[in-house]
Amino acid sequence: MAGENEEKLNQNKIFINNEWHDSVSGKKFEVFNPANEEKICEVEEGDKADVDKAVKAARKAFELGSPWRTMDASERGRLLNKLADLVERDRLILATMEAIDGGKLFSTAYLMDLGACIKTLHYCAGWADKIHGRTVPMDGNFFTFTRHEPIGVCGQIIPWNFPLVMFIWKIAPALCCGNTVVVKPAEQTPLTALYMGSLIKEAGFPPGVVNIVPGFGPTAGAAISHHMDVDKVAFTGSTEVGKLIKEAAGKSNLKRVTLELGGKSPNIIFADADLDTAVEFAHIGLFYHQGQCCIAGSRIFVEEPIYDEFVRRSIERAKKYTLGNPLLPGVQQGPQIDKEQFQKILELIESGKKEGAKLECGGGPWGDKGYFIQPTVFSNVTDDMRIAKEEIFGPVQQIMKFKTIDEVIKRANNTTYGLAAAVFTKDIDKALTFAAALQAGTVWVNCYSAMSAQCPFGGFKMSGNGREMGEYGLHEYTEVKTVTIKIPQKNS
Amino acid sequence: MDQALCSAALGKTLSDHPCEVLGEDLPFLSPAPAAPSQLNTVLLFSLQIFINNEWHDAVSKKTFPSINPATGEVICQVAEGDKADVDKAVKAAKAAFQLGSPWRRMDASHRGKLLNRLADLIERDRAYLAALETLDNGKPYSVSYLVDLDMVVKCLRYFAGWSDKFHGKTIPLDGDFFCYTRHEPVGVCGQIIPWNFPLLMQAWKLGPALATGNVVVMKVAEQTPLSALYVANLIKEAGFPPGVVNIIPGYGPTAGAAISSHMDIDKVAFTGSTEVGHLIQKAAAESNLKRVTLELGGKSPNIIMSDADMDWAVDQAHFALFFNQGQCCCAGSRTYVQEDIYHEFVERSVEKAKSRVVGNPFDFKTEQGPQVDEEQFKKILGYISTGKREGAKLLCGGNPAADRGYFIQPTVFGDVQDSMTIAREEIFGPVMQILKFKTIEEVIERANDSKYGLAAAVFTKDLDKANYVSQGLRAGTVWINCYDVFGAQAPFGGYKASGNGRELGEYGLEAYVEVKNVTIKIPQKNS
Repeated sequence: MAGENEEKLNQNKIFINNEWHDSVSGKKFEVFNPANEEKICEVEEGDKADVDKAVKAARKAFELGSPWRTMDASERGRLLNKLADLVERDRLILATMEAIDGGKLFSTAYLMDLGACIKTLHYCAGWADKIHGRTVPMDGNFFTFTRHEPIGVCGQIIPWNFPLVMFIWKIAPALCCGNTVVVKPAEQTPLTALYMGSLIKEAGFPPGVVNIVPGFGPTAGAAISHHMDVDKVAFTGSTEVGKLIKEAAGKSNLKRVTLELGGKSPNIIFADADLDTAVEFAHIGLFYHQGQCCIAGSRIFVEEPIYDEFVRRSIERAKKYTLGNPLLPGVQQGPQIDKEQFQKILELIESGKKEGAKLECGGGPWGDKGYFIQPTVFSNVTDDMRIAKEEIFGPVQQIMKFKTIDEVIKRANNTTYGLAAAVFTKDIDKALTFAAALQAGTVWVNCYSAMSAQCPFGGFKMSGNGREMGEYGLHEYTEVKTVTIKIPQKNS
Repeated sequence: MDQALCSAALGKTLSDHPCEVLGEDLPFLSPAPAAPSQLNTVLLFSLQIFINNEWHDAVSKKTFPSINPATGEVICQVAEGDKADVDKAVKAAKAAFQLGSPWRRMDASHRGKLLNRLADLIERDRAYLAALETLDNGKPYSVSYLVDLDMVVKCLRYFAGWSDKFHGKTIPLDGDFFCYTRHEPVGVCGQIIPWNFPLLMQAWKLGPALATGNVVVMKVAEQTPLSALYVANLIKEAGFPPGVVNIIPGYGPTAGAAISSHMDIDKVAFTGSTEVGHLIQKAAAESNLKRVTLELGGKSPNIIMSDADMDWAVDQAHFALFFNQGQCCCAGSRTYVQEDIYHEFVERSVEKAKSRVVGNPFDFKTEQGPQVDEEQFKKILGYISTGKREGAKLLCGGNPAADRGYFIQPTVFGDVQDSMTIAREEIFGPVMQILKFKTIEEVIERANDSKYGLAAAVFTKDLDKANYVSQGLRAGTVWINCYDVFGAQAPFGGYKASGNGRELGEYGLEAYVEVKNVTIKIPQKNS
């Protein structure tokens, strides 16, 4: 018993082959609590040498004839289900860790983040033995079939805004399809990922199937995207870094690339919408998790007739906030993740004021410790302002006015991003028109942020490549092999 | 709880006292051992009709006995469902299926969660269920525990995984329309299951039906109602809403017929004899055109080419016929052996059949238990005598194997001709037919010359022969260098009179959904 607990608390090391390793360099880095800027602990700092070790282990676990390669697909599913059960068992610990490390409201971490993790694991577990190839009626005397094979060693680089959920979104489909992985969690939030290492071992995944290397982007992350023996890289993070990853993949071994990047998602409110519902969804759609969501509805287009009323209600809603320690009940907004984000957001707020947007509430930092920013609302925002074009990733809401359908479609699509979008209307024709017209990977009608493991998620344009979750998500973790056998005589 | 220890202890207890109670720590048990006449008090779970998560006597108050085929003695009395009980069950199922009901509104993923929970509970009570299965059906306990129960759990987990993954489509229709399909549950599904794999057949039926959101009225075989009724308790414990699953013990001509001709049942699924399959399809047509799927009989050919691995082929051909006391719809009951290896193959097969251990199914040494009831017992002996009469060469066995219970000696006939009764009709017993053939084209034709088409196999090392034969055989499953390999992932079903439709795999979901096309006019279609 004591040994088990020690094992679990050992999560500040590098996880390779189901064992805990110090960094090859001996270096460590510090992890901070963004609510009070205090150090939580130190974690071993992985770099290229550690990534090399991890990739070697993952490659070995993927060898033909290995336990993982010869395992029944249904058994892979059983292991994923077991992992879901273990996450559920340790839900409280994981939620607390996530809240402290990520500045996330505890209630949200416990109910939403952990809920999503458990459901996603169960969802992907169910797919494991349902990944079907095809038999194909080829011309000629041949028997042809396809195998849907795992790609191989998958590098997975995950962000700090939903550390545990993003960890599960990456490993679940990868493992379901039979791959092995090397995961680099964000340097701001490595703790829950490392805890998962102990659960992965406890669930019974063979050594080398999952390896976790905490470290920084330019070192450990780059080592992964450049690695000649990594078959695929999956990245969730900023568009800026996404471009570097794709470039590195091209320069090295043409590894397959999937990217989930930034967004500047339009949320379009028509006069015939249910106003209360629209205000609430628009609010949560922006302010959830301190605005640190790739899907944040950060350009709210409101139809002229209801614009003033919408702004008034949105301000009222934004003012009702208690900021503070995210572990405490009664707190509705926690801190931003770190100083860099904190400063970037404040800078963009200043640009909004300078460029002539109307600051309706908030507009500055809060408290004397921790990276807190007041919930901020700008109205009379025009499309050319920086706050209307650049991803802020903070609690800053932009409300703009529009007149006609054609106009707002053009303006909504006038961005290099294309992650999500929404329209609020009771009219069936409008709803379906926007479903087709908006250039976004997810379009919500009369709701926002509605997501579930069954639905594919990803971006148009520079919001990313590929889809995660749903059946579509499996395609990115599968390599299709066509096998064609000569036969004496083909019969239908 | 150490499963192995538990089973071993159970096994010992049961082989000493085959009709008595099963262990002390398991649920629904009385700790007192009982003489056969006092068995009703021993099996403390309800032996009644399960409707709306409650237990009911039959409307008629009638009961029927369930018999232990190893001894011929009555285990207990079970409520006998008839048309009136089917009507009650259908009413309950309909109510549970109404628009807005808890079951209709449930997240698809939650249906999957309930199925997984049911699998967990069956796993928890695995030893008890295996013992019940053996008591009621006669199959060896080691097989009930290791094979039947293992497959039951895997089947339920497999379909649990499908619940939220059976996607409709969005379709690029011509014109300014948005078109999509919904995969809706069919509705009230009547499911009539057989006695040869009671629990497994129950799981094969419930898995796809519940995963896709249907409600069920299930009639279990009168020979083997016990294990399915125990599972009813677990269905309630797992949290399925009332009325979603209803289980009725009873007879075919009464309860079964009431289901197949019911005006308020949307679909019937039946596994059993081809003879009854005809009746079900007729009744469905004559009543409300309910959808029908059937898994019927077979006379499956097992083709042994001269280049086969001899040891392995003999072993597998033996298993193909004798597994489950020969009571498999897909039994390899026509073993075609290529000329050059015929004599050696026959000799080895007879040797193997002679060494098959027949005995008390709770004894771990036993490989073959009794046939399921007196009717089957007599029918099989009848076929054996016909075989002798028509000139087949009886090489071993041919008689009852004990003076109590329905045991039959493993029997092998050589020099069988295609025209003989034992080569054409389904025997469903431990009687092996070995036939000789010359060429590959000849054997494919002879193999296909049957009204059945459930399964087939070929044993050969040659790639071209394997591909040619597997293409040519008109059977729903073709095994190559193996036999009776099943998995929840792979579809199973018959060509021709062996059935309609497929069970298991993704294909197995199709019969349980009704496809609805929704087409919406839109102002302007864009690709």
